[in-house]
Amino acid sequence: MPLPALRSISAWGLFALPGRERHSESLEAASATAELSRGLGRSYGDSSLPATPESELLCTTLADRILAFDDSSGLLTGEAGLALHEIHRLLMPRGWFAPVTPGTQFVTLGGMVASDIHGKNHHKAGCFGDHVTSLRMRLASGEVVNCGPDERAELFWATVGGMGLTGHILEVTFRMVRIPSPWIYQESRRVPDIESFIAGLKESGPDWPMTMGWIDCVSGGASLGRGILMRGRWAEPAEAPARFPAMPPRLTMPFFFPSWALNPLSVRAFNILYYWKHLAREKRGVVSPWGFFYPLDAIHLWNRMYGRRGFTQYQCVLPEEAGQGAARRFLELLVKLGGASFLCVIKDCGAEGRGLLSFPKPGISIALDLPLRDWTQRVVNELNAFVIAEGGRIYLTKDTLTLPEDFAKMEPRLAAFDAARRQFDPERRLRSHQSERLLEPAPKEMP
Amino acid sequence: MKTAILGASKGMGRALARVRAERGDDLVLLGRDVEELERSAADLRVRSRGAVTVIACDLDAPDGFPAVIEALFAGGARLDNLVITAAHFGTQDELEADPVRARRLLTANLANTIELCERARVALLAQGGGTLCVFSSVAGDRGRKPVGLYGASKAGLSHYLEALDHKWRAAGLITICVKPGFVKTGMTAGLKPPPFAGEPDAVARQVSDALERGTPLLYAPSIWRWVMLVIRHLPRFVMRRISF
Ligand SMILES: Cc1cc2nc3c(=O)[nH]c(=O)nc-3n(C[C@H](O)[C@H](O)[C@H](O)COP(=O)(O)OP(=O)(O)OC[C@H]3O[C@@H](n4cnc5c(N)ncnc54)[C@H](O)[C@@H]3O)c2cc1C
Ligand SMILES: NC(=O)c1ccc[n+]([C@@H]2O[C@H](COP(=O)([O-])OP(=O)(O)OC[C@H]3O[C@@H](n4cnc5c(N)ncnc54)[C@H](OP(=O)(O)O)[C@@H]3O)[C@@H](O)[C@H]2O)c1
Repeated sequence: MPLPALRSISAWGLFALPGRERHSESLEAASATAELSRGLGRSYGDSSLPATPESELLCTTLADRILAFDDSSGLLTGEAGLALHEIHRLLMPRGWFAPVTPGTQFVTLGGMVASDIHGKNHHKAGCFGDHVTSLRMRLASGEVVNCGPDERAELFWATVGGMGLTGHILEVTFRMVRIPSPWIYQESRRVPDIESFIAGLKESGPDWPMTMGWIDCVSGGASLGRGILMRGRWAEPAEAPARFPAMPPRLTMPFFFPSWALNPLSVRAFNILYYWKHLAREKRGVVSPWGFFYPLDAIHLWNRMYGRRGFTQYQCVLPEEAGQGAARRFLELLVKLGGASFLCVIKDCGAEGRGLLSFPKPGISIALDLPLRDWTQRVVNELNAFVIAEGGRIYLTKDTLTLPEDFAKMEPRLAAFDAARRQFDPERRLRSHQSERLLEPAPKEMP
Repeated sequence: MKTAILGASKGMGRALARVRAERGDDLVLLGRDVEELERSAADLRVRSRGAVTVIACDLDAPDGFPAVIEALFAGGARLDNLVITAAHFGTQDELEADPVRARRLLTANLANTIELCERARVALLAQGGGTLCVFSSVAGDRGRKPVGLYGASKAGLSHYLEALDHKWRAAGLITICVKPGFVKTGMTAGLKPPPFAGEPDAVARQVSDALERGTPLLYAPSIWRWVMLVIRHLPRFVMRRISF
């Protein structure tokens, strides 16, 4: 097979690097020479980007077949490039939904496993990896193997959340969940500050399968951390419309916004509008699942809003041990640093993910977009210093700028992950720009 | 309806099979790798209640065609649509460097494809009519530098398909010539997409509609009709200068 042409490759954050990308329906054949697999590029940072311009990546999106679906158990086997969007389009009308979904449907099964993604139901359902029963993989040695929680479990839990560094995921088998109707019963309310926000999340957790909130991160002082708290559950057939909720038409962001369009004033206006758009203090009722789970999917290529220089997302979890005040201190720091963001999403995390590098652990997760500008590195460094001090960590699938020494301080599990890489890929054939940036040189063995 | 597709394992053929599956068609998947076809059949069975079967058929091995036709119409089974998306592709540079490969491409895309169509024509007419839908290419519309040899195979194919339609439509054999522009599939994955590049799903919906209507000539995406209108009228001295 001829080598694909050199071109510029980017993910959702638009940060671009030169490399070569192969596209093929046959992952088994095409993964033989690739350094890394990537899916729909919905990760924000450099985890799906080439380590060097010579690097050959395998884009999985043409490998999108459902290989088996059992209508009684919900067990689905799909090729790694199968998109969640397609799964839902086909199976939601039949009463099935993914056990865990991120905030966009345009992700692949391979990407969902490699990032061990979490959703609004993390406090109840855990990460996606918890619902996977088996993977078919090509290892760096060329061998093709199956693994799962009961078979080659070490390989499996290193791959879940392993950012593609333990092998190419070829097929994924996982369990879908039954839903009573395709509609969501949602309650949302305006919350005046961060303390009431966290209290609201914690109080809703036991009874509501899905919770999350959006916070205004430009207003400081008494209104610090005010926002909209949302909680939801699948609607019962009796309260839901009989029809299937139409997927809204997708509008496309036709061009890149000029970089001046994004300025403190526009961000401030957006945040204030978003808060007051929720006019009633409290709203409840049955809503479409598309708007509930995927509000951002309504605008195709919305990432162009940040201009050609692109953006990154900063997502961290502040652990329970850090106490209630940690989120307030985080937001205070953010306001002080001027890292204003259109969207700042807050969510409570449940049990720690079982993947060696899974992101979640019990506590509060905060995610915000940061445009890539001259000041962004400094903001990320300062936020990281804070997160390290509080015992938290960042989410690799969103990261572009974290320094390796900072990451090592957040990740006591790094040595174990490195040992797994040495076992499954002793020659380090598999790598990404992110792994070269963050994971080399290998961390010292823990004593 | 029953639709057979040669090339259903990948690209536009895969997309078309899905669109037809969702319409409820019974499907017959033709291709050279039966194991791959079975995996595609599994995918289609999740999407449809219609029956999905597979038959081995290699465009490079025309000796097998009679058996393929027999299997398709076995026991007097009726076939409404036969679609052929399968073809070889190579850039001009690759084919100029390898005359044997060039001959293989020309043979499969032109002579063998036509032989299969001829055999299907007889069988379809014998059952009282049906639709034959074959993928040619805009590359056959004008002699262009980057696709001279591949384009030659498609030019010949388009020519044949047009004549076939003129001659047999009245007798019930509908012939559809699909001319894709640039579509993002594995075939074109190594190439830089030009403006107006299309998605296989959208093309598949267009082709599916054409099957319903019996449209004899289809540019897909449609904008390529106008792009090619311009290109067909460019003077030779311009064609010599430009690189597309
Ligand atoms: C609007 C938006 C909202 C989001 N919300 C959430 C959220 O709520 N929760 C959450 O957890 N995430 C969220 N994400 C992040 C997203 O879910 C993850 O980045 C996911 O991994 C993207 O999947 P992808 O197919 O695009 O993978 P890519 O971005 O292409 O790749 C991501 C990583 O997976 C690896 N990978 C992909 N396919 C394979 C394979 N076949 N084999 C081995 N490795 C592979 C890549 O090497 C890379 O390291 C969100 C992203 C966006 C854009
Ligand atoms: N993509 C474009 O931009 C474009 C533009 C103009 C015209 N076209 C034409 O459109 C048609 C479909 O293209 P595509 O992009 O969908 O191609 P594709 O993704 O490469 O798929 C080609 C299909 O043809 C099959 N095939 C190839 N050689 C075969 C053989 N010898 N015997 C049997 N089956 C064979 C392949 O099956 P295997 O699984 O066995 O490989 C595959 O299913 C082709 O005729 C092509 O020339 C495409």
